[in-house]
Amino acid sequence: MDGYGMQNQIACIRRSLFDQGYLDEQFIQLEELQDDANPNFVQEIVTLFYTDSTRLIQNIELTLNSRPINFSKLDDYMHQFKGSSSSIGAKKVTSECAVFRQYCAAGNAEAYISSLLPYIYTD
Amino acid sequence: MTMEEKMGGSNREDEALDRFPVGMRVLAVDDDPICLKVLGTLLLKCQYQVTTTNQAISALKMLRENRNRYDLVISDVNMPDMDGFKLLELVGLEMDLPVIMLSAHSDTKLVMKGITHGACDYLLKPVRIEELKNIWQHVVRRKKPDSKDRVNGQNQDKASGGIGEAVQTSTSSSDQKFNKKRKDQNEDEEDDGEDNEHENDDPSTQKKPRVVWSVELHRKFVAAVNHLGLDKAVPKKILDLMNVEGLTRENVASHLQKYRLYLKRLSSVATQQANMVAALGGKDPSYLRMGSLDGFGDFRTLTGSGRLSSASLSSYQPSGMFGRLNSSAALNLRGISSGVIQQGHPQTLSNSINGLGKIQPVGLPANQNQNGTLFQGIPTSIELNQLLQNKSANHFGELNPVNNPNVFGVATNFPDARMTVGSSTSSLSTPSGSPLLLQANTQQAQRSGAFGNQSSLDVASLNQESFDMGVHGFSNFVDNGRCHENWQNTVQLSSFPSNSLSTCEAFSHEQLHTNNLQESISWRSSHLNDNPIDLSASMANAGLEDSRGDMQCQISPSNNVIHNIDYAAKQQWGENSSFAGADSLVAGAPYVQHLEAGKLAFNTKLRSNEDILFEQRKPQNEFSQNNFETLDVISSPMIKPEQYNETGMMEGELGYDSFPLGSCI
Repeated sequence: MDGYGMQNQIACIRRSLFDQGYLDEQFIQLEELQDDANPNFVQEIVTLFYTDSTRLIQNIELTLNSRPINFSKLDDYMHQFKGSSSSIGAKKVTSECAVFRQYCAAGNAEAYISSLLPYIYTD
Repeated sequence: MTMEEKMGGSNREDEALDRFPVGMRVLAVDDDPICLKVLGTLLLKCQYQVTTTNQAISALKMLRENRNRYDLVISDVNMPDMDGFKLLELVGLEMDLPVIMLSAHSDTKLVMKGITHGACDYLLKPVRIEELKNIWQHVVRRKKPDSKDRVNGQNQDKASGGIGEAVQTSTSSSDQKFNKKRKDQNEDEEDDGEDNEHENDDPSTQKKPRVVWSVELHRKFVAAVNHLGLDKAVPKKILDLMNVEGLTRENVASHLQKYRLYLKRLSSVATQQANMVAALGGKDPSYLRMGSLDGFGDFRTLTGSGRLSSASLSSYQPSGMFGRLNSSAALNLRGISSGVIQQGHPQTLSNSINGLGKIQPVGLPANQNQNGTLFQGIPTSIELNQLLQNKSANHFGELNPVNNPNVFGVATNFPDARMTVGSSTSSLSTPSGSPLLLQANTQQAQRSGAFGNQSSLDVASLNQESFDMGVHGFSNFVDNGRCHENWQNTVQLSSFPSNSLSTCEAFSHEQLHTNNLQESISWRSSHLNDNPIDLSASMANAGLEDSRGDMQCQISPSNNVIHNIDYAAKQQWGENSSFAGADSLVAGAPYVQHLEAGKLAFNTKLRSNEDILFEQRKPQNEFSQNNFETLDVISSPMIKPEQYNETGMMEGELGYDSFPLGSCI
């Protein structure tokens, strides 16, 4: 009944995440790693990801707000973030990081930030 | 983060042997907790036994504790506490374990770098389980020639690819072939390219027992190499010189190749010694990080004009041999001269010093001109690291290995690190010229007296020796070497100095250090607490200028002063070499005068060295360091840096505790 309905919902959401490109095969691998020995593996990993990325994002924000912007530091953070997100299969985040790094390389953080605004407000 | 214990498996050894690759013991290092967890879980899924840690330093520690507890290491490239490549080198040299690099970067240059540093493989994040399923082949390859009974593994390996042959072949050519294979492997890796590998032709060939290059062994090796001269060192002769049973020419040859690569790398590395610092901190006394050697390189950069420390760094390179300072700080100190890390063998030190001596004369003069301080001696790796970090070290360019030695010497001698002070001075002396050196040495000797503790004795002994050697700087080392390995502690104090190494700033540190040293020296005999303060004060005041003579260390009781290393005072330190205060300490005061210019530079170097050394700082050491610095100051003008470096380098023998020079104290 409801349980079934909810499961259905979850499956749908999950699929949509894949379809929209938020997740990729790596996530599937993580799911496969979950088993009886590790019953909540995925959940743990994702939680860990959120915590860690919060910290990273804070750092990034700080760096972005400081003037002049320290691009190499930003690059490092981005690299870290990219590594984490790719490890859990967060495809979109990973690609955004890559783009951001290119901007950093060009020293153009502002342009990137403004391009991100739509994301921030819609998500 | 905490390290998770090995998961799975009791009776690993048996399991590992019987069911290889199942049960293979992997150590995973990555600062990113998510990646680490995913990696750990994936590895468990492959049925390996996994240990994870998010700190390179603790990884090194674990490995050093028991090298046989692990079969393979997987390490991330970008880590905050230590560069992944540095860790890679260290592990390869110290423990000779296969290391796989991991990174989110797929840049070709990085992959190349990984290969040249000796990585078995280079994986990209996100890591896939298929790739991890094949990593055991690296273990097998390495073991092939060994008599390990991974017969099963070998059989399997055969199928997968005959990597092995290159791996352990004794000839260098094999190594090269192997390297080439690695490259191929890297490319193939992703596709499970085991099949591309050649069949090993020999697992059946005699399985020679795997040789573990222990500190002692490596020391002998480096001694032999230095004795022969790096260029002329051929495996056969080295083997004969080493005179170790059971060691084959092949073992020596492959080790030699690694060593050469290592030296080359060291000489080309300049500043990324930040890693070194990390390395230094985490190391056990017995093993200095190799990084420390690199640290020296940094010194060079650090030493700015006139900074001895930098000089040491720069000089370090030339020393090449010394490059290996890593070998535990202890070694560095001691070995300064030729990497022979003799721990406590004065003679060895002498040799090293001699070795250094050679370098120094060459280096020093050059340095002196440039910097005046000559510190070119590269502070034994440890210091280098420190120095580098601390200072913007200007390279003095030439060997200032001396610097390191100082650190070492001091440190070793005095458990309290006071010794280092002595050592440093010694080193200094060389650069400036023999008179200085001698003075420095004598001073050191004096200082040693002051210390009262063993360290002082050592210092004295070191100094004297150094003089004899001619390598001024070295003597310090020698003594240090004798003194103790404690210098690591002292090194800690040295850490102060290391800072000073860098240009002016370095001096300030040095000053502090010197002050400290002096103080330490002076009060050493009695209490630490007392004098140092004055010394530092005096030193600080003295300022780098010529007031050195005045520096008479006013040993003030506050040891704390030393600790605080007021870098401001440091500057003075350089000048003040207020060692004088300590009298014993500073015998260098007169020395200081000579050194004046040099000293400062030197001090700076010393500082750097010390700083480096002091990764392990201990409060008490702090004092010692100070003393050390002062010594350095005095001697710094001299070549010390060179000497230091030399020693350091020599000691560097891979992986030995590169003991921070400063810590000598």
